[in-house]
Amino acid sequence: MKTFFSELFKKANSGFWPIVITLGFLIVGTISVYQSPRSLSAFLTLMLCPLLLYFMKINMKIKIFIGLLLIIVILPVLGIRNIFYLEVIFQMAVFAALALGLNIVIGMAGLLDLGYVAFYAVGAYTWAIFGSKQLSLLHSIPGAAPAGAEFTLSPTYFWLFLFLGVGLAALAGILLGLPVLRLRGDYLAIVTLGFGEVIRVLALNLDKPLNLTNGPQGITPIQRPPLPPEFIIGPIRTLLTPIVGRPPTDAEFYNVFFYFIALFIIMIAIMVATRLEDSRIGRAWTAIREDETAAIAMGIPLVRMKLAAFAAGASFAGAMGVLYSANRTFVSPETFSFLQSIGVLTMVILGGLGSIPGVIFGASAVVILNIQVLQNFSLYLSELRQSDAVIPIINFAWKDLSNQLDPAKYQKLVFGIILVLMMIFRPSGLIPAERRKRELVEEKE
Amino acid sequence: MSLLQTNNVVKRFGGLVAVNKMTFSVDEGHIVSIIGPNGAGKTTFFNSLTGIYKPEEGEILFKDHSLIGLRPDQVSARGISRTFQNIRLFGSMSVIENILVGMHIRLKQNALDALFRSKKFNEEEKDAEQKASALMEYVGLKNVGNELARNLPYGGQRRIEIARALAANPTLLLLDEPTAGMNPNETEDAIKLFRRIRDEKGITILLIEHDMRVVMGISEYISVMDYGEKIAEGTPQEIRKNQRVIEAYLGRDAASSKD
Ligand SMILES: Nc1ncnc2c1ncn2[C@@H]1O[C@H](COP(=O)(O)OP(=O)(O)OP(=O)(O)O)[C@@H](O)[C@H]1O
Ligand SMILES: [Mg+2]
Repeated sequence: MKTFFSELFKKANSGFWPIVITLGFLIVGTISVYQSPRSLSAFLTLMLCPLLLYFMKINMKIKIFIGLLLIIVILPVLGIRNIFYLEVIFQMAVFAALALGLNIVIGMAGLLDLGYVAFYAVGAYTWAIFGSKQLSLLHSIPGAAPAGAEFTLSPTYFWLFLFLGVGLAALAGILLGLPVLRLRGDYLAIVTLGFGEVIRVLALNLDKPLNLTNGPQGITPIQRPPLPPEFIIGPIRTLLTPIVGRPPTDAEFYNVFFYFIALFIIMIAIMVATRLEDSRIGRAWTAIREDETAAIAMGIPLVRMKLAAFAAGASFAGAMGVLYSANRTFVSPETFSFLQSIGVLTMVILGGLGSIPGVIFGASAVVILNIQVLQNFSLYLSELRQSDAVIPIINFAWKDLSNQLDPAKYQKLVFGIILVLMMIFRPSGLIPAERRKRELVEEKE
Repeated sequence: MSLLQTNNVVKRFGGLVAVNKMTFSVDEGHIVSIIGPNGAGKTTFFNSLTGIYKPEEGEILFKDHSLIGLRPDQVSARGISRTFQNIRLFGSMSVIENILVGMHIRLKQNALDALFRSKKFNEEEKDAEQKASALMEYVGLKNVGNELARNLPYGGQRRIEIARALAANPTLLLLDEPTAGMNPNETEDAIKLFRRIRDEKGITILLIEHDMRVVMGISEYISVMDYGEKIAEGTPQEIRKNQRVIEAYLGRDAASSKD
């Protein structure tokens, strides 16, 4: 059976087949999403395209062309028809960046960090505090905002804070790194878990004596970066009107805008991760993961390299934190729970520890599973509940099904199942890490 | 003049004195062996030299500078490279990457060079790759550069470890039982390799070895350890005849049928 499939895959991945199959999925996917913007299967068909593009043997230039077509034209246009898709892709990009960052710490350097979401929080609160009215509310009681409070900074500062968020998160990474340098394995996991909670509890309680974080209620509204000027948006609006069937609104443009910012950041994150991996620093990280004693005996300064791993990993989360708070216009401590850290860890393990394409895939798969598949399943169940249908043999009426049984609430279960199954059946992930093959000029006899 | 000089080095583990007042020296350009029964403290002495253990007492001088208090990476930067008794490779990295890790201290690139793929970075990487290939060739590894290190047979892994240690351009190479587990042919090759490393690269070699053919065949000088102490030293001829050495070995042998 296994050989049958691999034979089939080999056949499908030679000659003109790859391009035919990929284009086929692209066209069928695009049309079906366009026709029925709410269908999950249509969206999944379209989402297979990036995967096919990655795996199929296609000329690199054609690959890039199809990829750009999908990213720059097809997805935004379809996204305006169903805003939800842009949200899905936005989340995919955010979590892919988080997974890439965590992958540096866990996957490459082998440092089990269970409090990774803390750095995401640092980024998010950085912009939340400065990009909202919070600074003029420092002395007021949380929740009782006086009228007429002003935004402290203009929204254009968002771009500056994107960098500041990266820097502050990296700094937080170093602060976490310093005390845990001597710890390994389980001990490291427990301390980092604690660190994650400390940051969350700080966010929860820093509403007194100075109201910095507004406590459990969180900070809102947070400003968004201004849309590009009218001379860019105008023509696009005219272009899109016939396709969408009406002129897109500013709110819809904002979704596309954030989608592009997220894509831009994720591209940079991928580039940074791949380039670091394939350099002296990346090799040092992997060496530390493989054998600390041997690594240090080879001249690798353990302290500096571990701190660098924590800082680099954290910086990815910092950037996405800033973006997230602007996108939601709201942050609260709840977002940065331990469960989020486990979620990102699940993505990394599902995709493959240490594997850059793997963790991106893992992040995308978990996001789709969480906010689409489970949601759809919930919807389906609640429809059944409202109908008169019964489960045949056991004669159980759907409407008697408990409301507790809402799959959308089963994130934790899903994370747990994924982690356990992966550990048993595929510990190296769905797209395992591979070492780069070098073309070596080895001398002949 | 001696390249490495230790004076009264003591390393204890709780009540156990694993290395006891070791005074010892290695002359530049020599191949020197440390031998001794199992548990004599040879590996512990190596670990004390390289900064993995901090000796409680004594002095370690390398090129007339003290190594006491230095971390292993700093010792390595001073020019001492080593291999391990139980092979310690970076198993899921490729063979060539293992050797590139050995070059860590020699490479000058920083994170920004790596991010922007500067000219300096690209040139350095290419050069490093070529040097690593040449080192593979030098230790007798062929066409395995892209294999994962853990997939190589035992003898091959020993060679990678030596290549990785050489990659740092050391002045002094410490080898901890480099021929353990090798068959006679491989051992023969290894002996030739050690000689070449010393003769061609001018690297001083200090090795721990159990195989007497190796020890007697290549060492200019031998030190014998037992219960953490140096009980004898001299040329191979002197050691062969030394009464204390024979006792240390035979005594152990008679008590517990060795190995
Ligand atoms: N980390 C450690 N903690 C406690 N005791 C140790 C440690 N390392 C070594 N020892 C003890 O120190 C003594 C010397 O060990 P060492 O490994 O240096 O011997 P060796 O001469 O290298 O022996 P072998 O020929 O078996 O490799 C032994 O009794 C050993 O049990
Ligand atoms: Mg030993």
